[in-house]
Amino acid sequence: MARAYLPVLLLLGFVIANAVMILGISHLTVRQRPSAVKQTPYESGIAPLGDARDRFSVKFYMVAMLFIIFDIETVFMLPWGVLYRDLSCAVPLVNDLCPAGQASFFGLGEMLVFMAILVIGFVYVWKKGALQWD
Amino acid sequence: MMPLDLSIPAQLTTAYLPDLVVMGGGMLLLLWAVWRPESEAHSRSVAWIAMGVCLAGIAAVLWSWNRGLTAGNGAIAVDAFRWVTDLVILLGMLMTLAISVDFNQRMRLLAPEMHVLVVLAGSGMMLLTAARDLMVLFLGVELMSVSVYVLAGIDRRSSRGAESSLKYFLLGAFSSAFLLYGIALVYGATGSTNLVTIGEAMSTPAVSGSPMMMVGLALLLVGFAFKVAAAPFHMWTPDVYDGAPAPYSGLMACAVKTASFAALVRVCLEAVGTGSERWHLALWWLAAATMVVGNLFAIQQRNVKRMLSYSSIGHAGFLLVAVTAQTTEGAAAIAFYLVAYTLATLGAFAVVVAMNGGSDGVTHVDEYAGLWTVRPGLAMAMAVYMLALLGFPLVGGMGFFAKWYVLQAALHASAPQTRLAIILVLTTVVSAGFYLYLVMVMFMRPRPEGLAPPPPATGLTRLVIATSVVLILAFGLYPSPAVKVAQRSAAASFAPAAPRPTASAVAP
Repeated sequence: MARAYLPVLLLLGFVIANAVMILGISHLTVRQRPSAVKQTPYESGIAPLGDARDRFSVKFYMVAMLFIIFDIETVFMLPWGVLYRDLSCAVPLVNDLCPAGQASFFGLGEMLVFMAILVIGFVYVWKKGALQWD
Repeated sequence: MMPLDLSIPAQLTTAYLPDLVVMGGGMLLLLWAVWRPESEAHSRSVAWIAMGVCLAGIAAVLWSWNRGLTAGNGAIAVDAFRWVTDLVILLGMLMTLAISVDFNQRMRLLAPEMHVLVVLAGSGMMLLTAARDLMVLFLGVELMSVSVYVLAGIDRRSSRGAESSLKYFLLGAFSSAFLLYGIALVYGATGSTNLVTIGEAMSTPAVSGSPMMMVGLALLLVGFAFKVAAAPFHMWTPDVYDGAPAPYSGLMACAVKTASFAALVRVCLEAVGTGSERWHLALWWLAAATMVVGNLFAIQQRNVKRMLSYSSIGHAGFLLVAVTAQTTEGAAAIAFYLVAYTLATLGAFAVVVAMNGGSDGVTHVDEYAGLWTVRPGLAMAMAVYMLALLGFPLVGGMGFFAKWYVLQAALHASAPQTRLAIILVLTTVVSAGFYLYLVMVMFMRPRPEGLAPPPPATGLTRLVIATSVVLILAFGLYPSPAVKVAQRSAAASFAPAAPRPTASAVAP
């Protein structure tokens, strides 16, 4: 049981060794000649306008929040898509095929219910005016 | 009636019917709430429809109960204990909605969404009472909690409301993490999230004694203790109940607690059973600490809402005594107790709503001085609630019998909880110090000069107060039908617990 996790451990060790190697070698071989221009935040030469910790309009947060909510909820469709063939068959699949007469609407129905709930949320957000910028 | 097969979608839907009615009703109500611009009339219409949804939920529960639906093992339980606790929750929701209508209008809280949130929170609570799988349980906890966090801070102009909401949210999220981690470890130890399967696995000492199971159960218990506000996980309760609008404090104190206790009882009786000594010991100490802390700290409160929130902590302790008994008799006592507690506490919050004439300020006990001389009805009702919460015979109505059956359950347990029973009686005596103090202030102190009498209670608030007083007194005079229903439903829902393996199981 514990042996099954050996590849994970190996990968972990490899990643750590790799990171240490890249940073370590570049640190040892590079010649550091700092100058005022090189130390600016944007090395391309654009002068910063001010502190990044500024106040933003709450509208940005609103849009970001709504995007995350609906984005994450639609991610649910991916595993559903992978399992769709199993879900729309009342009995376990035989050779990846549903036996005749055993097709069911369960998978489709579940997703329709899920989408309906999502749409209710969407209509609410729309009617509430949360999608309006001004 | 054939037992339902929960693996068939149509039959699963039947098993979920009451929850689906409330959930679907809540979602359609959300659309209606947003369809019209905010106004007093619209908020009122949403509240009425929300009450209609609750009544439809009650009808669905009664239909399911009446048909005697049962089911084999699955993700949800279909039994009488679930129906009884669902009814208590729906009663609490109805009372909350009714007292919030006029309160919101007076406080200029116009957002109709709050009534929708009560319904959605209620659907989460009903999921919680049904849960026979730890994942469903977690889903119910989240659905309930997230709605209630919003309700706590629904008054955006109140800084205390914001404090209450933020505190509740942070600590609630924290406790959910405990619960989830506990679920993960229990799954790791038993290979299942189903309560009955966990219960079967618990019978082998290799599983029930494994460190992973121990830690998992401990984290699970911490999560539950947060939700039911058991000491030492009660710190958030007074601030949250105090800052939230009074009707929603009532909802948190009653319906949320009912749902959490229903789930805890199911976990105790179906999964953990008598298999774990340490679980039992932890419950014992939780019950003892909660009774002592809740009742002692309530004495020094002069703010009625804070006093009621400490009182709710104390009652969580009394309920935990019945949980500690780990018998079906304990489950029956809890069901009956929750009815009495819901009626009395939400009634008391209804009086707070009626007293709090438009100010968001502190509901100080001095404002109740001499209430008897200006609003005798309110004073009488509050006295009945206080005596019911105290468990006073006769005038305390069903509150006395509620405590009586908890005591009986504690003493009849296969390992009699005599010491817990003694603590229960002693802390009840202590609780007289604040329940009777309020009664004394209302009836014996003169009304101070210049203190305007509270405005007369409006229709729905008055209806809630009158109904709950009548129910408390009626069940106090004639408790046997309600008790029989509670006992029969608990006995039909849970298999009698096996006798405890060792005699050393007696509490410390």
